[in-house]
Amino acid sequence: METISQNIQAIPLNHYILLCAIVFSIGVIGVLIRRNAIVIFMSIELMLNSVNLLLTAFSVYRGDATGQVFVFFIMALAAAEVAVGLAIIVMIYRNTNSIDTNVLNRLKW
Amino acid sequence: MSTFYFIAFLSIFFSILVISAKNPVHSILYLILTFFTFTIHYILMNAQFLAIVNFIVYMGAILVLFLYTLMLINLNKESEPRKSNLVKFAGVIGGGCFLVTIVASLKALGVSHPVVLQDPNLGLVKNLGKILFNEYLLPFEVSSILLLSAMVGAVLLATKDPKIA
Repeated sequence: METISQNIQAIPLNHYILLCAIVFSIGVIGVLIRRNAIVIFMSIELMLNSVNLLLTAFSVYRGDATGQVFVFFIMALAAAEVAVGLAIIVMIYRNTNSIDTNVLNRLKW
Repeated sequence: MSTFYFIAFLSIFFSILVISAKNPVHSILYLILTFFTFTIHYILMNAQFLAIVNFIVYMGAILVLFLYTLMLINLNKESEPRKSNLVKFAGVIGGGCFLVTIVASLKALGVSHPVVLQDPNLGLVKNLGKILFNEYLLPFEVSSILLLSAMVGAVLLATKDPKIA
């Protein structure tokens, strides 16, 4: 316990924010550049996880456990979202035989 | 201290690999490694409950769900759909602008204090359970309804419509 708390002693909060911002923007780029619906979903998971990590860092920084409870709720939400989203993707694949998002352009114009 | 920077480098490296891997199965495997590095981050911050939950829920349940769906869809014959290079370039520029905005606002914030764990049993199960079941009892019960409705919705969506089939 002592070594762990000494381990994070010297890390500024800015570095945690920087790490989470980088991972979040990687998720944003992944949503923008990929056409496979499952990979887009995985990028969304990446963004959710970076936010979770930042909430935990702020919770430790402020000494307030509310942030970690919030991360717990976000995890429950992510599980529900993945279940419904993957069911929708399976349904799309059954109707169009593809999970390419460019096929789904009926609402475009 | 250097452990954090090494693990942070690994998180960024694996998350770049997630969005750049051509095969979706490799993408999922890299995502598992990314989530493992996040678990190590939680352990470094002594958030033991979140580390275990992240390990079980994300790496155990959600990514197995992803792999299983990918196996059902059977993508190995057709090649991965590719976007044109112009769209990719525009996407990277857009994400880069987002990152630059956040980092610039971070620079304007000035000097930051180090993250110090004041209370060693902040992230332990006992402490979090007391807070969860005292102050956040109503959101906890509402989230159970959310999970139930998500389960019913997923089953309803994924089964075939008997009138059409």
